[in-house]
Amino acid sequence: MHLVYPAVLAVLLFCVGLYGVLARRNAVLVLMSVELMLNAVNLNLVAFDVWLRDTLHAGQALTLFTITIAAAEIGLGLAIVLMVFRTHGTADVDRLRMLSDSAEAAEGDDPDSDHSMASATDNPAKTASADVPQGKATVG
Amino acid sequence: MTGTLSSQGHSFLTPGGVEIVFVLVGLAVLGAALLTVTTRQLVHAALWLVVALGGLAIEYLLLTAEFIAWVQVLIYLGSVVVLVLFGLMLTKAPIGASPDADSGNRWVALGVAVVAAATLVTLVVDAFRCTWIDLTAGGGSTRADGTMLFRYWVLPFEALSVLLLAALVGAVVISRRHREER
Repeated sequence: MHLVYPAVLAVLLFCVGLYGVLARRNAVLVLMSVELMLNAVNLNLVAFDVWLRDTLHAGQALTLFTITIAAAEIGLGLAIVLMVFRTHGTADVDRLRMLSDSAEAAEGDDPDSDHSMASATDNPAKTASADVPQGKATVG
Repeated sequence: MTGTLSSQGHSFLTPGGVEIVFVLVGLAVLGAALLTVTTRQLVHAALWLVVALGGLAIEYLLLTAEFIAWVQVLIYLGSVVVLVLFGLMLTKAPIGASPDADSGNRWVALGVAVVAAATLVTLVVDAFRCTWIDLTAGGGSTRADGTMLFRYWVLPFEALSVLLLAALVGAVVISRRHREER
């Protein structure tokens, strides 16, 4: 078999996952896109292992290890997403800006500040012109 | 390596049966992956992920990595997708179509992905134009993989089992501590 077929499939799968990570809003969907990227890497590892005929089978061993780490990653990631959902009432990665520099996000530790967070998300230029120094609010 | 030496006698224009099946399954995998990242119904995204990962298991079988294929079916289709479905359910994902599944930087993401895909496909095709895989059965059988894993890779294997245990205990602790605070 031509090596280009699995390599190109892995590249395209990785880029599909990249698009999903960047474009999705729900955190669980972001995790699913990460799984797609990990699977692209696995396909590469298997294809190159079969091509190189390594006596240690390093590619397949690393594939098994990657699958294990992916299982650990999805478990921990979903636990964190669940905790964030319980704390803030949303799993939207766009609305989780607790760590950003704007004043609304800094005082938005309680769940009832969803409104101010949403307005900060919708109109960053307006919040930047309020009482926050210019440039700090637009960074987040 | 061996692939370049045996590249004579192969041609792009006469693909074998394995390659045709590989390309067809690959197209199915790509389509399912695209639907996974673009569909507006969150549960459908998880179910398309099942199709993509199952197709990848078939690709592993075609690459003679049988043990990896069955591990893929067991771990990904069996547990990861179920975990994702549980995550969607517990975060109260809407059942119907949700119009805000994609964030505002969707077009930037599309641009980044297309540029990355173009660059990497050009690079990969240019680098591996003349390399061939000699597929012989048994390279990734359970016997070969078990021998390899427990003869050469014992220490990383055991370390990873400890890591998996630590991660799962950590997940339980993360989920529990908050409930006590409440």
